[in-house]
Amino acid sequence: MTLFLIVTLNGLTLAALYFLAASGFSLIFGLMRTVNMAHGALLMLGGYVGYSIVDATGSWGLGVVGGGLAAALAGAIVQAGVLGWMQGDELRQTLASIAISIIMADLMLWHWGGLTYQVELPEALAGGQRLPVLGVGYANIRLALMAFALATGLALWFLIQRTRFGAVIRAGVDDQDMLRALGYPINRIFVLVFALGGMLAGMAGVVAASALSIAPGTDLQFLLSSLVVVIVGGMGSIGGAALGALLVGLAEQYGLAYAPTYGVVFTFAIMVLVLAVRPQGLLGKAEL
Amino acid sequence: MNKLKMAASALALCAMAVPASAEEVKIGVISILEGAFAALGQDGIRGAELAVLETGGEVDGNTIEVITMSSDASPDSAVNAARKLIEQDGVDIIVGPLSGSEGLALRDLSKSYPGVTFLNGSSAAQDTTLRDSSDNFYRFGGDGAQWMVGVGDYAFNDMGYKTVAVIAEDYSFPYTQVLGFMTEFCEAGGKVPEKFWTPIGNKDYSSVVYSIPQDVDALFVALGGADAVNFLTQYSQAGGDKPIIGGSITIDQSILDSKGPFKKLLVGAPAGTPTVGDYDGDEWKAFTASYTEAFPDGFSAPSIFAHHYYMSTKAAMLALDEVDGDLSDNQAAFRAALNDLTFTTPTGGTMRLDKNRNGVIDNFVTEVYERDDGTLGNRVVKVVRDVDQLLGQDEEAFLASGPVSRDNPSCP
Repeated sequence: MTLFLIVTLNGLTLAALYFLAASGFSLIFGLMRTVNMAHGALLMLGGYVGYSIVDATGSWGLGVVGGGLAAALAGAIVQAGVLGWMQGDELRQTLASIAISIIMADLMLWHWGGLTYQVELPEALAGGQRLPVLGVGYANIRLALMAFALATGLALWFLIQRTRFGAVIRAGVDDQDMLRALGYPINRIFVLVFALGGMLAGMAGVVAASALSIAPGTDLQFLLSSLVVVIVGGMGSIGGAALGALLVGLAEQYGLAYAPTYGVVFTFAIMVLVLAVRPQGLLGKAEL
Repeated sequence: MNKLKMAASALALCAMAVPASAEEVKIGVISILEGAFAALGQDGIRGAELAVLETGGEVDGNTIEVITMSSDASPDSAVNAARKLIEQDGVDIIVGPLSGSEGLALRDLSKSYPGVTFLNGSSAAQDTTLRDSSDNFYRFGGDGAQWMVGVGDYAFNDMGYKTVAVIAEDYSFPYTQVLGFMTEFCEAGGKVPEKFWTPIGNKDYSSVVYSIPQDVDALFVALGGADAVNFLTQYSQAGGDKPIIGGSITIDQSILDSKGPFKKLLVGAPAGTPTVGDYDGDEWKAFTASYTEAFPDGFSAPSIFAHHYYMSTKAAMLALDEVDGDLSDNQAAFRAALNDLTFTTPTGGTMRLDKNRNGVIDNFVTEVYERDDGTLGNRVVKVVRDVDQLLGQDEEAFLASGPVSRDNPSCP
């Protein structure tokens, strides 16, 4: 029973990480219908930059913000410099973003090498906590991860549901042409949303590099998990990303604990099931 | 100006024409240059290049050209890389691959290319040479079981561990490592109540961490690269305090050079390996010196991968020298030379092959210690010379125990 509860807790913390990674991906798709395959590369860029900043300054908070900003800038450049030129042509955008992803991964391999990096945690997060009831040690960073994801989710919800900028994004999701006709500078909004998505990815990257580790290949792992999460949860919905992350995180951890060899099958079984029964995702809106 | 251009083009043409001459030996090196093993794979390439550098890039007037290809640890990627090297680049010799199951795949592939000689890189699955071996596939090194010789005995008798849980990646190389450890450990009277096989590239080990039984004396961890870093970090974060016994790549120098707070857990941990960064043998010191001179951006000492790619490439250079670069008649003379080759390895032992073309090697039991400057190194506790693939057992009995797998061997 203790094991089951621990594994559930592990599933929740992993889900928090997946949610952080997938929310930006889902946001960008929701507004622009762009499947940004460079999302994993943005995440990894954030992680590496965060590592370098923490290594130089010793401040973890600065590393998270810096990693997020670096990825936001890269995201804005990707949209303004490349993907913006092929707006509306989703297939070309997807292929171009794959190319960007490969180029970025190689540049990062060149700069940071192939070593495995871990971001040094601040004193308060580094140790473990003896959990009440269960009586086992549990890593502080994983508990903090859940709080971090919760805060990010709420902030994102507030931004999209309660602010003027959020209203513009939601309007863009529903009817891009009308928004354009009303005189909103839609291209600038696209760049901003891309920067926001990149920011979320970059911060997730630093957090992932702290709780787990970062090495070449991390980009594809998180791209894959983000894809599965938004396919299960529903493209373009923040709630969907949360639900998808929860399912995928739990499935992965139960799999690892109870059937380690076949753990990865569970994740994809969920995806296949969702695609068969509800192709738009659990909380996704059906395409008109 | 125009003349200059013409001269330059003519020169370029000449430069391009030179490699096409007949007196050239092409060596294709296959290693993993992407994903979790990228840093290790890069070091393998350094080892192969070092052996070629030592010859000055030519053997008896034959220039040596090295072409590298990346695989991604999967058998089919290694096969694709080898096919590309053979069919498009026309290589004569292949050195590689890095990882266990890739080696099995190339062993099978080598049977359909009798004109090419395959020299194993660092892949160390047992059956690459033990069962169903191939006449043109050579391994100037040991398998994963040979690499663990001495450790099971040391853990039981010197460290006093009676029960050990195993955490290892789920493929042929860790299976072989676990065999090497358990053969001695179980024979000495130790028990292994539980084994955890995890997928390669797994990031989150926390659920495995909490499944480890509380009543074991130590953990045998056979994970590599980022996987080892992830597991050890999460284990220490969860408050785990069991002593660690390392596999051959768990505590390789490349891991000790990685950044992160997990490394405190490793101080004092024993491991089995054919390669020790801080070994103080004269041959090893000379080898390390030439490695650091040739590759200032490399690790602080050659890793197991640099060491093994070096030995295989060196064997090729020595055999080529012996036959004056003669690769005619499906490389018959070259292969005969390889079969009878003996040379002194960087660890000071004598490398030679058994009848399955698998190396007889030196092996080390090591422990991790903290150097004066705060970095970690491995120091030698015990050297075992002349370890063969049968681990000193009778051939028939050894083969009868069956191929390694998740459940073989077993002593719960």
